[in-house]
Amino acid sequence: MEPVAPIEVHDLTVAYRRKPVLWNIDFSLPEGKLIGLVGPNGAGKSTLIKAIMGLMPLLSGYVKIYGEPLDTMRHKIGYVPQRESVDWDFPINALDVVTMGRYGRLGLFGRPSKDDKAIAMECLRKVGMQDFAHRQISQLSGGQQQRVFLARALTQDASVYLMDEPFAGVDAATEKAIVDLLKELKEHRKTVLVVHHDLHTVNEYFDWVMLLNMRLVKFGPTDQIFTNDNLRLTYGGKLLLLAEAAEKVARQL
Amino acid sequence: MTPDIWVMITGILAASALGLIGSFLVLRQNGMLGDAISHAVLPGLVLAFLITSSRNVVPMVIGAGLFGLLTAYLTELLSQTRRVYSDAAMGIVFTLLFAVGVIMVALFAEQVDLDQECVLYGEIAYTPWNTFVVGGTNLGPRAVWILGSVLLANLGFILLFYKQLKISSFDPQMAVAVGISEKKWHYLLMTMVSLTVVSAFESVGAILVVAMLIIPGATAYLLTSRLHTMLLLSVGIGIICAVGGFMGASYFDASIAGFMAVVGGIVFALVFAGTLIAKRIHQTRYTSERQHIAETISG
Repeated sequence: MEPVAPIEVHDLTVAYRRKPVLWNIDFSLPEGKLIGLVGPNGAGKSTLIKAIMGLMPLLSGYVKIYGEPLDTMRHKIGYVPQRESVDWDFPINALDVVTMGRYGRLGLFGRPSKDDKAIAMECLRKVGMQDFAHRQISQLSGGQQQRVFLARALTQDASVYLMDEPFAGVDAATEKAIVDLLKELKEHRKTVLVVHHDLHTVNEYFDWVMLLNMRLVKFGPTDQIFTNDNLRLTYGGKLLLLAEAAEKVARQL
Repeated sequence: MTPDIWVMITGILAASALGLIGSFLVLRQNGMLGDAISHAVLPGLVLAFLITSSRNVVPMVIGAGLFGLLTAYLTELLSQTRRVYSDAAMGIVFTLLFAVGVIMVALFAEQVDLDQECVLYGEIAYTPWNTFVVGGTNLGPRAVWILGSVLLANLGFILLFYKQLKISSFDPQMAVAVGISEKKWHYLLMTMVSLTVVSAFESVGAILVVAMLIIPGATAYLLTSRLHTMLLLSVGIGIICAVGGFMGASYFDASIAGFMAVVGGIVFALVFAGTLIAKRIHQTRYTSERQHIAETISG
């Protein structure tokens, strides 16, 4: 029998203001892979992540997590939303934010225990942010804020991680921290789906790649799928130069 | 106890209850929702009054609570169509409900002893004489009992569900991702806001409610970077407004509720100016330190 996919999406259609943004999406994620989700602006990359997380109403289709409906399997998924989706002037510190990853396990009345705080500290350490635990979040740089979000997803101790543009606008130190983290997650056989913008680094960072432009264009191992032709299919002629640059990088590796 | 003390206690209870729950409205950038709810509950009050033909507080609060929820729900529904911005949606919903309430009062005022004055403009100065009597025993002003219960309810709600309120206010998407329904907690919070606003409205009047719902939270927000400190400070600031306002009103022999709201405005202005000055001093010191370092290096 084939193993059950961490995430199975079938016949998924999602609309925003009555306009469909995702059409008939079908795929099953392979277990234990780092998967890049790539496509032009407005291709529906974030929408796909949100639809999987149950943050968007579905017009059709379903999402299954290890063969089960999402509601019973939320604890299996770690989530990193886009950094801009929250108000960073909110009066809490980095440790508070990271501890939120544990809230799903606490029940209706439970409070974060010493263990939860210790786990949150440990996850901050994994992203190199332990010294900033008690810093108010508005005093962190963009990259540091991103690492706080990653640490929060780690505290969820999930099997699958969905990350919405973790590399967007971050400094080199943060980029390296994220890459190291992705490697570590892979070592632990976690499945990671990452919305990614930078075509130059796709080959380097991801085992598999999903090319999306409202429809699922191609999905498979990066070395087979991430080709100039497929990128042209995804982006149209517009990003030809960018695609060629990516190809060049691919050949060098 | 003298009537003055009762008025002050009423003010303190109202300001604390409103400040606590209002802090969450401030954080959700939803400050005007309290204003909207406080008007939109009028039809609920009239309906409760017509059905029970009494001014018993329990059906009134239930009626008002339902209409408070309806305001939040209709606003959400209208703005979700994305054809109207959410603030415009709120403006439409609450004025419509308020107007319906006004017409209902006008239509049924003959049959029932109810008018806009007594529903909307409770007067804090009269609270000591509206007492709660059980079996012949005078238990003190009704407003103190009502607002005391509301304050306790708000405290209980926030203490029990602190994590849900915190995560759904800061990051609604993450709340849903960890299985905490952002919608459910939004509406629960709006229910508590409705209850608090209506109870306070009836006893202390409109100005004080709208002022104390937002000013203590907004002032506390300037002073701290921790949520629980902000909540505690909002209560403290509410108490300062209540006591300061009462003393000012006694001295000038003016409207107590009006004075409490004015003190709130003054406290906010002082804190706002203070934080600006503190920031300026910090920057100047930082710049001079940098200059000093630059000079040391180049010298």
